[in-house]
Amino acid sequence: MSNGVWGQVMQRLRYDRIGVGALVVVGLFLVMIVLVSLHLLAGDWAEERGVHYANPTFLGPGPDELAMIEPPPGHMLDLTAVDPLAPHYADIERRTRELETTVRPRIRTLPFGGDRYGRDVLKKAIKGAQVSIVVGLAAALVATFIGSVLGAFSGFFGGPIGDVLEWVYNVFTSVPYILLVFAFAAVSGRGIASVIVILGLTGWTGIYRLIRAEYIKHSNREYVRAAQAIGAAPLARMFGHILPNVSHVILVQLSLHVVNFIKAEVILSFLGLGVSVDSVSWGTMLNEAQTELILGKWWQLAAATLFMAVFVTAFSLFTDSLRDALDPKLR
Amino acid sequence: MTESTAGSVLLSVRELAVGFKVGREAPRVAVRGVSFDVPADRTVALVGESGSGKSVSAMAILRLLPDNAHISGSIRFEGRELTSLPLAQIRALRGSAMSVVFQEPMSSLNPVFTVGDQISEVLRIHERLGRRAARERAIELLTEVGLPQPRLRVRSYPHELSGGQQQRVMIAMAIACKPKLLIADEPTTALDVTIQKQVLELLARLRRSHRMSVLFISHDLGVVGEIADEVIVMQAGEVREHGPVTQIFTSPRHPYTRALLACRPDLERHPRRLPVVADFLGGRAPPLHDAPRVARAGQEVILEVKALSKSFRLRDGLFHWREIPAVEAVSFSLRRGQTLGVAGESGSGKTTVGLTLMRLHQATAGRVIMHGANGAVDLLGLSESAMMPYRQRIQIVFQNPYASLNPRFTIGSILTEPMALHAIGADSAARLTLAADLLQRVGLPRDSLSRYPHEFSGGQRQRIAIARCLTLRPDVLICDESVSALDVSVQAQVLNLLLDLQDEFGMAYIFISHDLAVVRYMADQVMVMNQGRAVEMADAESIYRHPQNPYTRKLLESIPRGVAGRIVA
Repeated sequence: MSNGVWGQVMQRLRYDRIGVGALVVVGLFLVMIVLVSLHLLAGDWAEERGVHYANPTFLGPGPDELAMIEPPPGHMLDLTAVDPLAPHYADIERRTRELETTVRPRIRTLPFGGDRYGRDVLKKAIKGAQVSIVVGLAAALVATFIGSVLGAFSGFFGGPIGDVLEWVYNVFTSVPYILLVFAFAAVSGRGIASVIVILGLTGWTGIYRLIRAEYIKHSNREYVRAAQAIGAAPLARMFGHILPNVSHVILVQLSLHVVNFIKAEVILSFLGLGVSVDSVSWGTMLNEAQTELILGKWWQLAAATLFMAVFVTAFSLFTDSLRDALDPKLR
Repeated sequence: MTESTAGSVLLSVRELAVGFKVGREAPRVAVRGVSFDVPADRTVALVGESGSGKSVSAMAILRLLPDNAHISGSIRFEGRELTSLPLAQIRALRGSAMSVVFQEPMSSLNPVFTVGDQISEVLRIHERLGRRAARERAIELLTEVGLPQPRLRVRSYPHELSGGQQQRVMIAMAIACKPKLLIADEPTTALDVTIQKQVLELLARLRRSHRMSVLFISHDLGVVGEIADEVIVMQAGEVREHGPVTQIFTSPRHPYTRALLACRPDLERHPRRLPVVADFLGGRAPPLHDAPRVARAGQEVILEVKALSKSFRLRDGLFHWREIPAVEAVSFSLRRGQTLGVAGESGSGKTTVGLTLMRLHQATAGRVIMHGANGAVDLLGLSESAMMPYRQRIQIVFQNPYASLNPRFTIGSILTEPMALHAIGADSAARLTLAADLLQRVGLPRDSLSRYPHEFSGGQRQRIAIARCLTLRPDVLICDESVSALDVSVQAQVLNLLLDLQDEFGMAYIFISHDLAVVRYMADQVMVMNQGRAVEMADAESIYRHPQNPYTRKLLESIPRGVAGRIVA
């Protein structure tokens, strides 16, 4: 019976051109993440290939800072008489020639510019997508799932179950957010998985509140009464009957939380609770961009923002289409 | 168009057409070619079913329509053309020369202001009265509309008043600036019959004492007959008939008017089938003589309710609850194939009885005994899983067909779900065939299975809700105000369907309604409820002929009965 509802949804979604387009973009991002995690793409992001803050290719090379350092004016003073190393210079020169050194020439421009160490910003953004999207999506899914299920139980049953869940909610919201995050971090340690757990476990409260209100509203509607009258069990009523009717709220919350959690990962990383220093995410890129902007090096900010904007827009459009597809009235 | 008999013409509407523009499509026409006059000092009624354009026509006069409405034609008020008047001047007329009373007093009053403030606001805007003078005038007005203790009530908030009192406040606001024209848009539809009677009497009295005209909009010819001098019957955006009230009631000319008069159940006539509009428009007038259904007495009792009580617990402080009794010690028994009518006003507990006996509410006390193959079983003592087979035997059709079908399900899934839950039909294909058969039985096309509830009208949805119950072949069907939200012509069709189904399947009905005429038409036995108690119970004939209880008598007297019950103010 509920298969019927969701099957119809997929059918309607297929006729929504914007929805399909957005789904393709989101799909491309996901393919990119898979390739990145298989080291097929941007595996060499940490290589310092360009010069310090290399310009993007389309701007042309910036001025060579080393060449601009002029030799000091005047005569060089002869210090041979007092220099204790003076007798050894010839020897040092000879031994140096025996060794072979290769100094890789730093590239003057990179496709979308370089960062402080001369790393390719484009590759950083691609690599960063892995952490950001995985964290954002997974944490949002965890938070939405917890919030929706608890909200459904609290709103549908009310009474003692509702009271207990309300107390849990009150405890969670009464602790200052950062303190709560620290508490969870202390238990779960570092790494992407714990970032997802921390954000998921702390971020469900707003969704819980909204879903609870929706369930309180819907559980007294006549169509739910009618389902009870034909003998539908409470869980069937909650998730078979009411869920399709409140799914628009859940979907909008999901897409809002994806954006929020991508940003929240930055804060966690900044506090030293997020991903480690040797990995990159859009969040850490944005963080670095603060200081770079003063120097007029805008490309790292632009790259991270562009990637984030495209992904978030596509994801929101997709959830919007999904919401419309769920509403048979908008066919 | 009509020759008005009394005085000059106050409002004259000519060739009014209203269209609503939605998106880039051509405007959808809601009203076309409507012409009528409202003479000074008279009550003119606009009557029609939902979608007939009666409210749109009236609101076009005050230009209280959404922005996408396009009005053409001529509306002259005291000789002034209103259609070409700028909005600012219309606004000056609203509330002073013309005012409106809406249907829902609960949502028409602002809940955060006292009623005194809300009446004073009108006076301060239009009459430029000071705060103190406005307050004094508000108290006078509340006295005039018959609100008890007006000096005290002027400080009340809307929620502290009953529905009837709220409507009195709305009327006080409407007459505050002594308007020449009062537009009353279904002013009594949301009220109980006894309150409706009082409000109609109030309107008639005020119209006379203020010498104003009333444009009274209603779907109910019974109410209109009691108050109007002239009646305009509208259907599908056009005027069908226009005439003095006695002519409309005694010799209606248009078949649609005749149909409207005939398809409402009546306390006097008791035909086997109610005539429907199609009968009249098709030119074959059905017989209206009495043809009582075959007696269905002597059947075995299948449901016995003994001292059923239900009280709700309201939280009153952190660990304290207050008991609110909703139903107190209601007992009755129901025989196979018979109908028990439950009549009462809002808050009488009639709906709670229905919901409690099928365990949609947890009963506080009492027994609900179902007789069947397994002997007598008390439903209230069963576990949820033991209750399951009995859910199949007792079903309910709710009041609001727009709310009782899940908007996200197709008709197919709505109808097959109960069958799947109770393992009726071999597989989903067999269930779909059964569902299609039932759809056909209730008068809907078989291909409706893949459509969604919002694609159907109210009457069609109620048929779907009935078909959902029929999938389980219940022995008892509770109809909880099942036809109250429907237009009279659709109501007649659904009532006919219910009677046919009862004859065909031998179901017993518990027919709950606030409408005593409908209960009279449907029921073999009638139980009258008031404030949670069954005040009187007898067979239908004797309760209407010889009511014993004073409350029953009051209810029966309040039923609108058209010109026969004219209010003399």
